[in-house]
Amino acid sequence: MSDESFEPTVIGFTCNWCSYRAADLAGTARVKYPPNIRLIRLMCSGRLDPTFVLKAFSSGADGVLITGCHPGECHYLEQNYKALRRFHLLRRTLQGLGLEPERVKLVWASAAEGVKLAHEIASFVEEIRALGPLHWGGNGSNQSSVISGQSTAHAFKEVPA
Amino acid sequence: MTQDNGNSQDVQERIGVYVCHCGTNIAGTVDVQQVAEWAATRLKRRGVVIGRDYKFMCSSLGQELIENDIKELGLTRVVVAACSPHLHEATFRNACQRAGLNPYLCELVSIREQVSWVHTDKVAATVKSQAVVSGGVERVLRHEPLEPLRVPIHPATLVVGGGIAGIQSALEIADAGYRVYLVEREPSIGGHMAQFDKTFPTLDCSACILTPRMVQAGAHPNITLLTYSEVEKVDGYVGNFVVTIRKKARKINEELCTGCGICQEKCPVKVIDDVYEAGLGYRKVVYTPFPQAVPKFPVMDVENCTYFKKGTCKACEKFCPTNAIDFNQQDEVFSVEVGNIVLATGYDLFDARRVTNYGYGRLPNVFTSLEFERLSNAAGPTNGSIVLRDGKTVPKAVGIIHCVGSRDRNFNNYCSTICCMQGLKFAHLVHERTGATVYNFYIDMRTAYKAYDEFYQRVLEEGTLFVRGKVAEVTDVPRIKDEEGHLIIQCEDTLAGKQRRIPVDMVILSIGLQPRADAKETAKKFGLSCSADGWFIEKHPKLDPVATMTEGVYIAGCAQGPKDIPSSVAQGAAAAARVLGKIQQREMALEPVRASINQDQCSGCRICNNLCPFNAILFHDDRMVSEINPALCQGCGTCVAACPAGAISGTAFSNEQIMAQIEGLMLLNVGEEITL
Ligand SMILES: Cc1cc2nc3c(=O)[nH]c(=O)nc-3n(C[C@H](O)[C@H](O)[C@H](O)COP(=O)(O)OP(=O)(O)OC[C@H]3O[C@@H](n4cnc5c(N)ncnc54)[C@H](O)[C@@H]3O)c2cc1C
Ligand code: SF4
Ligand code: SF4
Ligand code: FES
Repeated sequence: MSDESFEPTVIGFTCNWCSYRAADLAGTARVKYPPNIRLIRLMCSGRLDPTFVLKAFSSGADGVLITGCHPGECHYLEQNYKALRRFHLLRRTLQGLGLEPERVKLVWASAAEGVKLAHEIASFVEEIRALGPLHWGGNGSNQSSVISGQSTAHAFKEVPA
Repeated sequence: MTQDNGNSQDVQERIGVYVCHCGTNIAGTVDVQQVAEWAATRLKRRGVVIGRDYKFMCSSLGQELIENDIKELGLTRVVVAACSPHLHEATFRNACQRAGLNPYLCELVSIREQVSWVHTDKVAATVKSQAVVSGGVERVLRHEPLEPLRVPIHPATLVVGGGIAGIQSALEIADAGYRVYLVEREPSIGGHMAQFDKTFPTLDCSACILTPRMVQAGAHPNITLLTYSEVEKVDGYVGNFVVTIRKKARKINEELCTGCGICQEKCPVKVIDDVYEAGLGYRKVVYTPFPQAVPKFPVMDVENCTYFKKGTCKACEKFCPTNAIDFNQQDEVFSVEVGNIVLATGYDLFDARRVTNYGYGRLPNVFTSLEFERLSNAAGPTNGSIVLRDGKTVPKAVGIIHCVGSRDRNFNNYCSTICCMQGLKFAHLVHERTGATVYNFYIDMRTAYKAYDEFYQRVLEEGTLFVRGKVAEVTDVPRIKDEEGHLIIQCEDTLAGKQRRIPVDMVILSIGLQPRADAKETAKKFGLSCSADGWFIEKHPKLDPVATMTEGVYIAGCAQGPKDIPSSVAQGAAAAARVLGKIQQREMALEPVRASINQDQCSGCRICNNLCPFNAILFHDDRMVSEINPALCQGCGTCVAACPAGAISGTAFSNEQIMAQIEGLMLLNVGEEITL
């Protein structure tokens, strides 16, 4: 793939109570955003284990969007503050690993903010496009197992796409 | 193919993948057949034994398709690619259960809200759907059969807000034989309806239909009325909430007070009543807001009381025949246990001062709708005479302006629903009582619902003049002699295509409804969310307008959005029916989304202990390990993410499941060619 036609792949973590519902709302309102993002539903942004982000990168993602309820609105009271702290630590860790910390972004979106979430996704995809591909996953490289104690390469990885 | 990491062998599970067309909702953008075939061929090694696409998976035929496959093909896992799990997760889980498969071995992935409705490029949408399906397949492989948690339902209910919606809810539940705590922040129940004179479209007197309900609620053996009270804190979860309530000190001993009203009569201090009388009338410092108040006990407004300010007076105490005045009474804070909660906190009114060009607050004879309700009310400050601010002059011409603060990009975008009908009601009352010429200025006339348009016709026939156009200004600066001494309404008449200046004596602003000023705080207290406009969000805008995303918390009346009395009552009753349904089940099944600690793996570091918002994690000093109380855990997963020993695992959201889903999602890159 040449870098000109580079289409980033972004993994988005959403919380069940706010941002996942915002994504639903963006859908019901037919707000458009680029198809580069793939969402995973967590119960709360506090569930976000930083290794999930590393896992996403090692599996080939170029960027990771973390989303949750606005401060003070977490369904579980204040777990999003914990997510915020982890996010800052994570960014520093990424920098230490030689990765652009901008590849991870944290966005608050309430269940009413479908349009906002769609805009945030669209601009994040462009930010990642500007950063270029990460190439961290590599083919068959097993970096991920170092990080997560898990292997990445499933049998299907070998099937040529 | 790499054999070395042990992942390449065929998995043991048998997975069925079902891709929904949703009519053209999905199939219009995603090549659903392609996705299904792709899953069946390319994910065969991952255990997919069948991939099907179908017009409407959620229909009974769609569900039967899954059920038959489970039975005939021996499926052990199911992935449905359709709409949001918030809509149909339960549908497909139930289908699996009917066919004998544990419902938690089914995963619903969204390719409608998250793909077809938000993307336009068909190829990219199809590739993304494949990736999403692959993520679902990888995740479902790590699912375990789960049993829902059963919790008992406490039979008592908390109703917050004693407006007509809350009263209706409370009565329905109490009549069915269960305890209700009805918490109202004002001294009396009744809400806004208690302030009105007549109600559209039937024009029956508001007090005549409301008072009996209030009395019934006040006297009901199953209703504990807690007026002048607020909810401070809500702990627990559906079935088992513990609610902390502050009952503010009335300075009246309710055991002794007979409600005779002598204290009120004797109190020498009068203050403007901004709440009930909308600033048009006065009340005493010790007062009941209106004569039919329920309960009958007065409250003392400590801020304005001479005794509290200067240390002398106590007139009320001297005259009270039963010694019920208690200057030393303190707030009481206590907690009650309830299984369910109904929030019916109603609305606030739009602040008319914000539309400066209509002159409210500056021009004395510009009134708000609520002020007019008090003016026209036989029990109001003018005994029902419709007069100008001077208290005596009867207006000869009256202008009623609709949509003030509503349907306006500068203020609230939404329609407040009731203002057209309310403006028509006012036109009728002015006409009937004063014979004045009445002009109604409207943008669009909205008279939907039963008998509403008939009412409009009636007001038309009575001779009310209607001008279609948004009023630009209300002014007292005349341009010609005829305008002198009047208020002039400047407006474009869009039907006649003319600018008009209409002199009147009185202007009534049909102000819109707004969420309560503290709606956000209330929402937070009860674990709800508010829409962008600030109304409480219902679980589903069409199919579940009374439930919320928080199990056991229901909403009714204007707290959910602007509506009239019949709809508020209907919603109050609907919320009650839902609560009763829950109570009668005696226990309910909760999602088994819970964390647990592997005691052998826990190092006793206690990192997780303080992370839990529900104090669900306890530490055993003797064994030096932590343990989670599953009844308190709500499954947020924060502790799972934090444990350095990896000792905590979450059912339905384990590390393995999420990691696997990430891998599955990354199977295809964006922009990749689709091949079978
Ligand atoms: C001027 C005017 C005229 C109208 N005329 C008509 C009419 O003729 N016909 C018609 O059908 N509709 C009419 N309506 C609409 C009608 O007022 C509403 O439909 C109805 O009052 C809604 O009832 P509710 O119980 O939802 O809210 P409310 O009447 O607002 O009651 C809410 C109650 O909750 C209490 N509360 C709020 N927050 C808390 C809290 N945190 N803790 C404890 N208690 C709390 C409040 O004190 C209040 O008592 C009119 C509205 C207006 C503004
Ligand atoms: S964080 Fe993990 S290891 Fe530490 S106490 Fe909690 S469960 Fe045990
Ligand atoms: S998942 Fe952990 S932190 Fe969250 S509620 Fe349960 S025990 Fe508490
Ligand atoms: S529930 Fe949304 S961030 Fe916690």
